[in-house]
Amino acid sequence: MLMKLARLSLWNRKATAFMTLLSLTISLVLLLGIDHIRKEARNSFTNTVSGTDLIVGARSGQLNLLLYSVFRIGNATANVSWQTYERVAKHPQIAWTIPLSLGDSHRGYRVLGTNQSYFEHYRYANQQSLHFAQGAAFTQVYDAVLGAEVAKQLGYTLGQEITLAHGIGAVSFSEHKDKPFTVTGILAPTGTPVDQTVHVSLEGIEAIHIDWQQGAPMPGRQVSAAQALDMDLTPKAITAFMVGLNSRMATFVVQRQINEFRGEPLSAILPGVALAELWQMLSMVENMLLLITLMVLVAGLVGMMTTLLASMRERQREVAILRAVGANPWYLFWLIQLEVLLLTVLSMLAAALFLVISLWAIQDTLAAHYGLFISVNPFSLQTLYWAAAILVATAVLACIPAFAAYRRALTDGLSVRI
Amino acid sequence: MTTKLKIPAIELKEVIFWYKPNGWQLQIPALTLDHGQHLFIRGASGSGKTTLLNLLAGITQPNQGELWVQGQPLHQLRAAKRDKLRAAQIGVVFQQLNLIPYLSVLDNILLRASFAGKTGTALQQRATALLEALGLAASLWQQPASALSVGQQQRVAIARALLTEPALLIADEPTSALDADNRDAFMRVLLAEADKCGTTVIFVSHDQQLKSYFKVELQMANLAQGVVAC
Repeated sequence: MLMKLARLSLWNRKATAFMTLLSLTISLVLLLGIDHIRKEARNSFTNTVSGTDLIVGARSGQLNLLLYSVFRIGNATANVSWQTYERVAKHPQIAWTIPLSLGDSHRGYRVLGTNQSYFEHYRYANQQSLHFAQGAAFTQVYDAVLGAEVAKQLGYTLGQEITLAHGIGAVSFSEHKDKPFTVTGILAPTGTPVDQTVHVSLEGIEAIHIDWQQGAPMPGRQVSAAQALDMDLTPKAITAFMVGLNSRMATFVVQRQINEFRGEPLSAILPGVALAELWQMLSMVENMLLLITLMVLVAGLVGMMTTLLASMRERQREVAILRAVGANPWYLFWLIQLEVLLLTVLSMLAAALFLVISLWAIQDTLAAHYGLFISVNPFSLQTLYWAAAILVATAVLACIPAFAAYRRALTDGLSVRI
Repeated sequence: MTTKLKIPAIELKEVIFWYKPNGWQLQIPALTLDHGQHLFIRGASGSGKTTLLNLLAGITQPNQGELWVQGQPLHQLRAAKRDKLRAAQIGVVFQQLNLIPYLSVLDNILLRASFAGKTGTALQQRATALLEALGLAASLWQQPASALSVGQQQRVAIARALLTEPALLIADEPTSALDADNRDAFMRVLLAEADKCGTTVIFVSHDQQLKSYFKVELQMANLAQGVVAC
């Protein structure tokens, strides 16, 4: 009977109940949605690079090395010589390496010099390899492969000729105009910095710098694009390289050996560990966001209590009738509690439904346009804890109107003030 | 019914009630009503009517004296026990708006049963029998209470008050919202159904014309002789 009363009483005040439901649902969608996106963002962030066991560069802090090698943020303080790279790559435990050469740009996008093994071994997210939306990997010295974002933003298609600029500014005064590159491939979106990168071969990087010295063209010595092809284009140095091992068990051993390499000061980092550390620094923002959504939820709950408290005046009649037929004051208390519980559970269900449907609806768009891969299922074990915590908080808050009903039942008795 | 007859339906002895120790007081030296004996109480508003009804219904307790309903000492029972006793032994009919508007007619009546701790088909049968006796067509039973006319609502209230065959029925100006025809019909079915259950009716009203339905009449002022205004 209590349940029936609570249900019908709410239905009787459906306009108010619906608005309460709506405000509560919105705050729950915000909370659940932001929590979900937060987790997905962390997942996608820490999966920016996967399958790589070590990243090796000139000696520096692990964040610095991670930022320039994976996120193309900042610059390396020193390079790794080609001889050192070749020696390390021959290590028996090392299965493959991806050389990375940075320092040039194209209209604000970073240029990465690398080789075929990049397209073969580079992995992101859950061991996903790179796919070509159009074309194929570079085969010639002056070939270039664009990330999805670069091609989209600049409107480039296959066969487009591009010139690289020295340095990393959006506007550069020293361009390698004499040696243009041709776009031979465009990668599918990945949601990682790969999308914003122009890929060329190491030989290409070497070729455009063959007549440069100390970061400037050498006066009186010009080598044409065709002449460069006949010269030795083996790079003298690279910025960093990624390492895949035969066995992950060997990770720490190889890391120590590289760190203690005598020929040149090197740093080897575990990308997963470094990514997690970097995320820790960014977690301040996500915590703030979560705090704000929690506040929105509290506001929603307080709003619900206000509505219920205000409704107690019009429900005086109900209280008197229930008292007359033998309800004790606690019955009124539990009636209000049950109404609150019903509203909360209903809005939780509505919020969950809304979130799943909207995630499902925008999932493809996010993946196609932003390379964001967000799962449709926003629920985890933690969601259950959230739900339980919210229910407890609601029950505590609901004591305010419920106790008002109890007091009313106790003091007003059978009298009804109209 | 024989067991009921041995003890009075209600008995008040030297009852004194006050809201504040030095303020207004309601005093009832003695009042005894046997089963089936109906009482008409006439009193203007402010004469302590509502206070008396709250006392009789067990919502409040007297500060002094004894108050027995169906052999149960209301002045001693704890609140929960009094609420239970009210559900089983005391029916209440208000001036108007007796029913919870969003419940159906039948649910409004059966609401009472759940508090009395009684359920089952026998009770449901009694509810429908009462509704029929009170002239409410079966087509109305599943209607929400708010769909009924005032006269019909008051009759549903009688059915609810008498569902558990209580010892006492308290009616607080139940006819004030009714027109003359409806009022007389209401009085007849109320007293007839109360007689069938052997229920004592305490009827509070300021309407002199209704006096004719009752053998015993009390002026609120006479009843509460000790009423002192400060």
